[in-house]
Amino acid sequence: MTVEMFSIIGAAIAVSFGAIGPALGEGRAVAAAMEAIARQPESAGVLSRTLFVGLAMIETMAIYCLVIALLLLFANPYVG
Amino acid sequence: METSPLAPDILFSIGPVPIDRAVVTTWAIMAVLAAISWLGTRRSGREPGWLQAALEILVETLESQVRDVMRRDAWTYIPLLGTLFVFLVFANLSAEIPGMRPPTGHIETPAALAIIVFFSVHYFGVRAKGLRAYLEHYVRPTPLLLPLNVLSEFTRVFSLMVRLFGNIMSHEIIIAVVVLLAGLLLPIPFMLLGILIGVIQAYIFAVLAAVFIGAAVGAVQLD
Repeated sequence: MTVEMFSIIGAAIAVSFGAIGPALGEGRAVAAAMEAIARQPESAGVLSRTLFVGLAMIETMAIYCLVIALLLLFANPYVG
Repeated sequence: METSPLAPDILFSIGPVPIDRAVVTTWAIMAVLAAISWLGTRRSGREPGWLQAALEILVETLESQVRDVMRRDAWTYIPLLGTLFVFLVFANLSAEIPGMRPPTGHIETPAALAIIVFFSVHYFGVRAKGLRAYLEHYVRPTPLLLPLNVLSEFTRVFSLMVRLFGNIMSHEIIIAVVVLLAGLLLPIPFMLLGILIGVIQAYIFAVLAAVFIGAAVGAVQLD
């Protein structure tokens, strides 16, 4: 096993496991927003705006994992 | 996969200064936006032409959105936030034009925009509250939270940058992989998804900038 192989495996693990938590969180957030919109359709504007901002915040965690994966693949300090 | 998304994509160089592809695209977008604005407001009057009417609808929609987010009179912040949004929409959607690559897919453009947001947050905060009152909000509930408050200033701007970069760049890579795997028609739904992603990311960037500025300016009720 070379450092390159470890980096590729590490990148795959980072993205795959890092996506689990944000996916569950975003699912819960969207489900709650859908329920709220179904109860009060007139407040859909405020809800969807808040939902987008909240989803962006949750998504940040997955994007950090993506950055780690990109660093491992393209800017690895331990290779070369 | 072509090259690293972190490496610059040098097209040509003027003297000792290398010119990136993202810089060329950015200047092209700036020229297009300036031309549209100039054409729309050249003969502005009470009876608007179609372009002036469209621009007015756009600006007023932006203003109402920002006012809803910040809960205050928004005209002070519209020049910054509206320009950010319109530029980001054009920049993200430039991926849909064949041969062009979005400047936001490289780390430099989101970094520059995030730095602009970082400094304008403090500028608007100091201007609205005064320096002393603005700095006091870092020791608000208790001075123990000072390091965390200062740290969050940097991490939230960093995540603003990485969110935009990560979304646009990863979408570019997805398109490249799909084209590599299956030729002609399969990339089209992904490119349609790219339009959605581009507009939503521009919206999120502008809304988060509005939220940060609104938090720095502090709670003043509308009217």
